[in-house]
Amino acid sequence: MGEHKMMSLYESRPGDHLLIKSLRLDGAMLRRLLDLGFVPGAVVKNVQRSPMGDPVAYQVSRTTVALRKEESSQIDCQKVKGEINHE
Amino acid sequence: MSDFRIALAGNPNTGKSTLFNALTGMNQHTGNWPGKTVIQAKGNYTFNEGNYTLIDLPGTYSLYSNSADEETARDYIIFDRPDVTVVVVDATSLERNLNLVLQVLEMTDQAVLCINLIDEAKKRNIRIYDDRLEKKLGIPVASISARNKAGINLLLKKIEGVAKGEIVTSPYQVKYSEQMEEDIQRLEPYVSQIVKGKYPTRWVTLKLLDGDRSFMDHLYQRVFSEGDVSHV
Repeated sequence: MGEHKMMSLYESRPGDHLLIKSLRLDGAMLRRLLDLGFVPGAVVKNVQRSPMGDPVAYQVSRTTVALRKEESSQIDCQKVKGEINHE
Repeated sequence: MSDFRIALAGNPNTGKSTLFNALTGMNQHTGNWPGKTVIQAKGNYTFNEGNYTLIDLPGTYSLYSNSADEETARDYIIFDRPDVTVVVVDATSLERNLNLVLQVLEMTDQAVLCINLIDEAKKRNIRIYDDRLEKKLGIPVASISARNKAGINLLLKKIEGVAKGEIVTSPYQVKYSEQMEEDIQRLEPYVSQIVKGKYPTRWVTLKLLDGDRSFMDHLYQRVFSEGDVSHV
C-alpha cells in the first residue's frame, strides 16, 4: 500500500500520520525543530494546509506548529497508520 | 531566617505562571501566547520561616538562545545563579518537556522537577512514576496540580531541601560522542581558569565548542564588568 515509502514532510497530506526519520538541516533551524519535537522516531500529524498551501500545520506532541516548505521539504518521514502515540 | 532565590523555568503552557500566582498570591496575567513572559515577574513566599523570592522566567522549549525569551531564561540561570531552578513540565507531554530539563541539568545542580497538570494526566490514564524519574534524573521530583493547589507542600519541601543543601542532587548528564567528550576534556581546564567555579564549566565549554557568539559576548561582558579580566 506504499505505507512505508520515504517522503518529505512537505509531501504529506492533511490527516496523515508521519514517522520522522531524519532532518536534512543544520544550525539554529535544526536545533529549533528538534526542540519543538521534530525528532527522529516521533510521529507527527499533518493537520491542515494554509489557503496558499504553504505553510502547513503539523501536530507535534500536543502542540500545533506551522512549517514552511523550506523546512518541511528537508524532513524525511514515512506515513504510518493510527494515532499519535502519546495522545 | 533565610533568603533564597527560586527560578521557575519551563516550556510555554505548562502552568508556570499559574504556579507562580498560587505561591506568591499575586495575580500575574496567565495566558496562552508566546512571548508572554518576556520580562521576568518576581514575587515572594515564605515556607518554614524561610523567605523565598520566586522569579518567573519566560516559557521556552529550549535554552539554546533562539530568541530573546530563551536568552533571558538562560542568562538568569547561568549568571544570576538562583539557589534553586524549578523546571515546570506538562505531565501530559513529558517527552518533549524533558528536553528542557536535560538542558537545565547541564547548567545547574540546584534543580527540582515539578510535574504540573498531574490531574489532566490522570484523566488521560497517564501514570508517572516520580520515584523512578528521581532516580534517573538525580534531582527531586514533585507532581502537582497548580490549578487545584494540590501537591504544593511537597514541592516546597523539596525546593527547601535543595536550597538549604539538605538534599544533595546528582543530575543526569548528557554524554556526547567520543570525539566531542575528548574536545570537552581538552578545553575544560582553560574554561575553568576563566569562570573559576562561578559558572558551570562544562556548559560554558559546550557553548564554546558550539561557537555560540552571543553567549560568549554576554560571558565576556560579565567577566569584564566584574573587573576580573586577568585570565581572559
